[in-house]
Amino acid sequence: MTEKKYETIIVHSAKYYTEYTRKYRNRPIWEEPNMNHIYSFIPGTIIDVHVKVGEKLKEGDSLLILEAMKMHNNVQMPFDGQIVKVFVKPGQRIPKKHLMLEIKPL
Amino acid sequence: MSLKRNILDLRKRKSEVLKGGGEKAIEKQVAMGKLTARERILYILDQGSFHEYDLFVEHAARDFDMENKKLHGDGVIIGTGTVHGSPVCIFAQDFTVAGGSLGLMHARKITKIMDHALKMRVPLIGINDSGGARIQEGVDSLAGYGEIFFRNTLASGVIPQISVILGPCAGGAVYSPALTDFVFVVNNISKMFITGPSVIKTVLGEEISMEELGGAKVHAEITGNAHFYAESELECFEQIKKLMTYIPWNNKQKADKIEPRLPKKKKKIENIVPGDPKMPYDIRDIIQAITDHSEFFEIMEMFAPNIVIGFGRLHGETIGFVANQPKVLAGVLDCDSSDKAARFIRYCNAFDIPIVTLEDLPGYLPGVDQEHAGVIRHGAKILYAYSEATVPKITVIIRKAYGGGYIAMNSRHLRADFVFAWPTAEIAVMGPEGAANIVFRKEIAEAEDPEAMRQIKIEEYKTKFANPYVAAARGYIDEVIEPEDTRKMLLHALQVSANKSVMGPSKKHGIPPF
Repeated sequence: MTEKKYETIIVHSAKYYTEYTRKYRNRPIWEEPNMNHIYSFIPGTIIDVHVKVGEKLKEGDSLLILEAMKMHNNVQMPFDGQIVKVFVKPGQRIPKKHLMLEIKPL
Repeated sequence: MSLKRNILDLRKRKSEVLKGGGEKAIEKQVAMGKLTARERILYILDQGSFHEYDLFVEHAARDFDMENKKLHGDGVIIGTGTVHGSPVCIFAQDFTVAGGSLGLMHARKITKIMDHALKMRVPLIGINDSGGARIQEGVDSLAGYGEIFFRNTLASGVIPQISVILGPCAGGAVYSPALTDFVFVVNNISKMFITGPSVIKTVLGEEISMEELGGAKVHAEITGNAHFYAESELECFEQIKKLMTYIPWNNKQKADKIEPRLPKKKKKIENIVPGDPKMPYDIRDIIQAITDHSEFFEIMEMFAPNIVIGFGRLHGETIGFVANQPKVLAGVLDCDSSDKAARFIRYCNAFDIPIVTLEDLPGYLPGVDQEHAGVIRHGAKILYAYSEATVPKITVIIRKAYGGGYIAMNSRHLRADFVFAWPTAEIAVMGPEGAANIVFRKEIAEAEDPEAMRQIKIEEYKTKFANPYVAAARGYIDEVIEPEDTRKMLLHALQVSANKSVMGPSKKHGIPPF
């Protein structure tokens, strides 16, 4: 019965019955960053995609151009590697933290 | 005859200025559900006590055709009056006059009344309702804000400073309230933010309403920028007046003592707390079972409710209460609750208000979000604040006092003057479950039935350590008391501490982990 009425919090192996706050419920849950996923760091429009699936690239090579606030942002390859998947196409408007490309190191 | 004419002329001039921004602007103000600046002052102050100054001040803008514009009182009203018969200085920005925008003379009126408040050592109440800097006055308006912030800092800890947000308060303007002791907000009326929704949308593409970004509820519940939340302006004014009954005029005086009253007998204090230390209860019921007339004036009720802070009275004297709240998040300490408690402890210390701490917590809140949000430096604030405080400090351990939480919550080691524990208190490095898992790791792992062995070892640890007597044997707590005696013990401890005098090493100031 108590389990239904209350939420629980575990501190040092002991389970306490209590209530949550809205802020606690909405707390960010941490995820290990995946270096092979290229996300948009700002909302904007894809101007051009310079790469195709399977293409091999060197660190610093241009991947795509993301326009945000009238600036053309040149998104570059973070390490030597290969394009696994392309999720965006030119003209597409995307939000922040949108998965644009999947890559893998070589 | 000519004197009469002069008097009539004065009256005419006054009545002109008292119109503020004019009928239309006042209509707009009312349509927004807001009172006018002058009405607000009159509601807060004792009847007939308000005296206004600088009524005839004119703005100093000389560009953009501003020289031909008349801005009555330059958009702010300043003066003195009384609350419950005690003098206060007050200013109120008048949104009906040029949107309450802040220019050179507007700022000078505010700083004049601030200087007055500090010199006379009386509380300052500031009512904020302003569109922000008056762009036409350029750098003069920035200078104005800076002069206000400097005075807020200078007066901090000398006189109580109260900010009432009754309209927009955006950009740099928010930093005056942030520097003051108590911030009051009203639902649907208060708006505070550094960067508004439109800029956030253009720059970051994040769409959010003004209310969700910086409305009253957000500041009362999420950001912790506001200390008191009300549904209406009138409710807000009652809160201000109530607060004024608990705090002194300045740091050299004691808060007014009132006729002592016994708590209202509601429930036996020991029946409030469940026997199982893992079950919750509302710590405020304990506070109300202790305080005079069972009154408790809670501060920051919605923000970090896992710790409870506020004022109550013991034998007529104002006491600051800091209490873990098992009802919310099991009463753990985290970034927000540490900030909340630390600032309150420093307020009490600055204004000579004794602190009573009620303790029942399992420790600090575990989680990546907490660690990455800096729970180390935030948590350190509470240690700093308690250690630094020289007012009488009394702790009552109700149930759990584990690990770092035990040390932080005004332990003997941070120089509590008195530490009492209920017989239900458990003072240990951690709860029996965690401790047994570590201490008896080998026995549990090697047992035929590890789960059964774990339970046996947990029970063993519980019997031996989950009580107040190990700490009592070291003198870390002064006395194990029966719950019903809590008020009696506190009253006596406060009586004994009345002339407390301690002197730390001489220094310019410490470096708290801000």
